[in-house]
Amino acid sequence: MVERRPLLTFTQHAVLIVGAAIFVFPIYLAFVASTHTGTEVNRGLPLLPGDQMQENYAIVLGEGLSTAGAPPIGLMLMNSTIMALAITLGKLAISLLSSFAIVYFKFPFRVLAFWTIFITLMLPVEVRILPTYEVVAQLGMLNSYAGLSIPLIASATATFLFRQFFMTVPDELTEAARIDGAGPMKFFRDILVPLSRTNIAALFVILFIYGWNQYLWPLLVTTDESYYTVVMGIQRLANSGDQLPQWNLIMATAILALLPPVIVIIVMQRLFVRGLVEVEK
Amino acid sequence: MRTKKVTFRHRWLPYALVAPQIVITLVFFIWPASQALYQSVLRQDAFGLRTEFVGLANFARLFADPLYLESFFTTVWFSALVAGSSMLVALVLAVMADRVIRQATTYRTLLIWPYAVAPAIAGVLWWFLFNPTIGILAYALEALGYDWNHYQDGTDAMTMIVIAAAWRQVAYNFLFFLAGLQAIPKSLTEAAAIDGAGPVKRFVTIQLPLLSPTVFFLIVVNVVYAFFETFGIVHATTAGGPGNDTVILVYKVWRDAFEGLNLGSSAAQSVILMAIVIALTAIQFRYIERRVEY
Repeated sequence: MVERRPLLTFTQHAVLIVGAAIFVFPIYLAFVASTHTGTEVNRGLPLLPGDQMQENYAIVLGEGLSTAGAPPIGLMLMNSTIMALAITLGKLAISLLSSFAIVYFKFPFRVLAFWTIFITLMLPVEVRILPTYEVVAQLGMLNSYAGLSIPLIASATATFLFRQFFMTVPDELTEAARIDGAGPMKFFRDILVPLSRTNIAALFVILFIYGWNQYLWPLLVTTDESYYTVVMGIQRLANSGDQLPQWNLIMATAILALLPPVIVIIVMQRLFVRGLVEVEK
Repeated sequence: MRTKKVTFRHRWLPYALVAPQIVITLVFFIWPASQALYQSVLRQDAFGLRTEFVGLANFARLFADPLYLESFFTTVWFSALVAGSSMLVALVLAVMADRVIRQATTYRTLLIWPYAVAPAIAGVLWWFLFNPTIGILAYALEALGYDWNHYQDGTDAMTMIVIAAAWRQVAYNFLFFLAGLQAIPKSLTEAAAIDGAGPVKRFVTIQLPLLSPTVFFLIVVNVVYAFFETFGIVHATTAGGPGNDTVILVYKVWRDAFEGLNLGSSAAQSVILMAIVIALTAIQFRYIERRVEY
């Protein structure tokens, strides 16, 4: 702060607090709705939490909304977790390996390999919906965890980030390792990966959120309800046809669907900020 | 492209290391993209028995199709609103947070978490709040004399998806604006203050010009977001309605492929979207080169 201006300081805090409140507002009301009975919510939303919290969340987690033809949310949460973790770990693993090859080896087609990976940046799933679906269908990967995760684990951004980081690792380390007789894989495992810890952790946060929040892809490759993910499955509840939507249960589902990534972002805030800024560089 | 000065030598190991990433890229990215290019110049009859080469006819039909053009303008309008509103709100909040010293991280925590909420979930939350019969915001608007109904009024539906899309994107923009503001040397603002420039003048003449690279970068990122990542909001809430008032391009590609089963047209739309992503990525990379100099 350059100078003392009490009025301005007051305005600042006021704007920030009001801003934060506006952001929390939809979540708060969703939570309130999830603690009342369906009839209470449909009569006009109360502003304070009710006493149906346990009942509602138990129904949602255990039974699901059978009327909407959707499985229990507990199963969907598990599917989401599996998909998000598979995408995150898969992206990290193959990006570490390929950037190691690109930085630490000279081989024919090295530049071609780099540009092939680079191109994935320009081809998000949204622009090649149908042909990608056809490939996955032909490989028999519809309605499987492999189909949900593998097609999404190529990652240009993670590869770039690791490449950038590897370029800053001092050559003396490589020389020392070679003099001591370490082969490339031993160097990778015992020196490079441990040095990349912070980068891996920062990317983990970003990629986990990316994986958890996938919507279009699970919508395409799952027709079997037992593979639904929670972010995608929620639309089945919200558009339950002719019936009046059970908003208290839908909001309980929404809270459950947004809680894991929000907790990750808040707990690992420093890593998240670092990862986001690095990735976009 | 550079490698390390000290490298390893191995006949097959580097190929084995890049293989997983390259195979996935070829099978799930490059092959489908080339299929889209190929199918975009073909036309299939209704039973999928015969296909014929039609050149650019699929593209010509798209650009002569009022529905497609309408969807194009809907998308452009939608992304302008999302990018504009979320950046403006984020800038105001970031400027305020930049001046606060002690509680800066607390405010950051309070403001960045919506980024973790999936667009589809954000859509469902606002869909509920604006619900014409039970939504609290629709109720408040009615008290103010406005009859809100996103099931019938296209403008209401558009406003709803813009708010839902912008709500979570503000968090992202806020982070980058705050980082940009904090990178501005304090000596500049202090010198201006000694010369008698007040906070508003300092913002307009010093901070805003120095933020312009961040602004430009965020415009590209936000447009990409609004174009390609908001499918979930539309699909989970308005489903393109009422009428076709909220059919954004990505939603239309999906609907034409999976509900309309119009392969040639859907492929042509995919190709147009690819061209848009490539253009936006190219702009972004040109900008990054400039930022390195900066």
